[in-house]
Amino acid sequence: MRKQLDRWLGPLAFVLVALDVWLGLWITPPDQVQGDYVRLVYVHPAVAWVALYVAFGMAGLCSVLYLWPRTRSLAFDYAAAAAVEVGVVFTILTCITGAIWGRPTWGVWWTWDARLTSTALLAVMFLGYLALRRVPAEPHVRARRCAVMALVAAVDVPIVHFSVNWWNTLHQGATVLNANLSPRIHGSMAWTLLLSFIAFTLLFVWMVIARYRLEVLRHSGENKDLDRALSERRAEGAEA
Amino acid sequence: MFRDAALVAGRDLRIELRSRVVLWQVLPFSVLALLLFAFAFGPSQARLVQSAPGLFWLALLFSTVLFAQRSRALEGSPATREAARLLGLDPAGVFLGKTVALFLELVVLEVLLVVGLLLLFHVVVVSWLVLIAACLLAALGLASASVLYGALSGEARIRSTLLPVLLLPILAPVLIAGVRSFQAAIKDGAGLSGRWLGVLAVFSVVYTGLGIALYGPLEEN
Amino acid sequence: MVSAISLQSAVAVAGRFPVLAGVDLNLEEGTVCAVLGANGAGKTSLLRLLAGLTALERGAGTVLGADLTKNTSGLRANVGLMGHGVGLYEELLPRENLAFMIKAARLDPSGIPEALDRVGIRGRIAATPVGQLSAGQQRRVVLASLVARRPRLWLLDEPHASLDAQARDLVGSVLEEAAAGGATVVATSHEPDIVIPLADVVVTMAGGVVTERYAGGRMGLSDVS
Repeated sequence: MRKQLDRWLGPLAFVLVALDVWLGLWITPPDQVQGDYVRLVYVHPAVAWVALYVAFGMAGLCSVLYLWPRTRSLAFDYAAAAAVEVGVVFTILTCITGAIWGRPTWGVWWTWDARLTSTALLAVMFLGYLALRRVPAEPHVRARRCAVMALVAAVDVPIVHFSVNWWNTLHQGATVLNANLSPRIHGSMAWTLLLSFIAFTLLFVWMVIARYRLEVLRHSGENKDLDRALSERRAEGAEA
Repeated sequence: MFRDAALVAGRDLRIELRSRVVLWQVLPFSVLALLLFAFAFGPSQARLVQSAPGLFWLALLFSTVLFAQRSRALEGSPATREAARLLGLDPAGVFLGKTVALFLELVVLEVLLVVGLLLLFHVVVVSWLVLIAACLLAALGLASASVLYGALSGEARIRSTLLPVLLLPILAPVLIAGVRSFQAAIKDGAGLSGRWLGVLAVFSVVYTGLGIALYGPLEEN
Repeated sequence: MVSAISLQSAVAVAGRFPVLAGVDLNLEEGTVCAVLGANGAGKTSLLRLLAGLTALERGAGTVLGADLTKNTSGLRANVGLMGHGVGLYEELLPRENLAFMIKAARLDPSGIPEALDRVGIRGRIAATPVGQLSAGQQRRVVLASLVARRPRLWLLDEPHASLDAQARDLVGSVLEEAAAGGATVVATSHEPDIVIPLADVVVTMAGGVVTERYAGGRMGLSDVS
């Protein structure tokens, strides 16, 4: 079962993404208002969904599980790290695809919209998380620090979202995003949109599993080292 | 917990009073920041008054990073931190104590910055109540977030560069809500200040709660 | 006799380096144990493990009834460690440093002046912030903190280092007093001549393990293992 999953998950994710691209670019019709720009709807929302909910939700959950004494295990630390690392990539992709769509639609690459601003802040916070992981420390010390940080950042997200939302809406009235992003969806468009969510979620799962395995392998290397290092250490005493 | 908190707060404040690092290094930096901002936006009087709330909160936020560094540095060398760990203090109490000490220091800074706003920027405050409430709530939130992040950003060598990157994004809501409440306090007295004071209150309560819950797992080795 | 320390094949790592490579050590309460060994033999790491400051990576161990594989925060309050680093707040006076420790451990602070007096911290020295004292004077202050705290387990890392002859005698008498009061003492040293006469048990470490164990010269008790 697991072996089968290993073998098919990656190719399946790629085939679905390819299918999504094909359907999105060639099969679905252009939108009456937005024309061909609407085709970004088959990429951007799905990528954003993975980045903002799946990845960081998983990171937050794994961090809580690590901090909870009964479920404390470095496996959760690795899983959280894998989720954040892949999640940061998806967050940056979210910003890029959003900007590509925003430029022709709004006329600017960037606007101080509530969603954009809080997404950017979130990206910076989780880049900070990755920076913290690179600080040399004992594995459990590092795991603790990172779990606390992920949790604090996760708690900050709603506060950021509300304050930025109020900040912006009080400033310039209704947000721009909601006004335009309501293309009439039916038929092939709906199916392609749904497919894009499945495809990018699978892609994320596949990448996280690969990243997690890498971390476990690295750690198992450390354990083998410990056995050798122990005998070397004892030999130091025999020489003396 | 509160006993340990009082003990730790007393220790931090006593060390601070004796070393005067905050007095001679951190507070001058904050005033300097206010002056430099005035150079950047002045000297038009109307524009200075308009940008005053933003400048106040930016100066406060950047100073908070220095305060956070200093609060952590008070705990001394690794040997001293280790000795303190052997005392069996309640980590939640340690967190609260450090937060209280930092809170008091930040309030002193805020008083100084408000005086600066009045004297240098000729700001006229309509609602002192909103202004004071915003200052106190923000000081608590900034203090608790700083103590928590000071503890997770590792040894001094790395901390000086890592802490600002970790801390400042988290403090963004304080900046937004603080500026808005100050604008309300200066212009119309009340306005929408209730909502922004609410954001500051939620931030403070959430971070104090998180700190009490998480400082133990963080500091314990 | 009650067991104070019991280690079986204890392994501790710093980074990836095994500082302790399988230590076996049993000590009963009230014992004075001297740990000898070359630089890098693992003496300091042993003390840190016993204090609950370093995690037990493999093996088993209990100290004062606390299991080292579990949470050791309860153990720490009963342990007094005099390490290489001094571990005092440099800005505070000796008295203030001791007051912080004593109050943190929820003990009576009334014994502080007496403890400082005992180690010779008096007058002008007592009114000077710790950071401005000499290395030997700072170590005397640490010793005073142990005298005032009276922990159940004393862990001393090179207690005689940077002390003058008078202070060395002081360390000897303070240790004797602690052991007579039922405390367990583990002290590392490079100087066998000084510590062996003070100890009930002498162990030698090399390569992160205990290689030898024999009786010391302390009067009235002998190695019971």
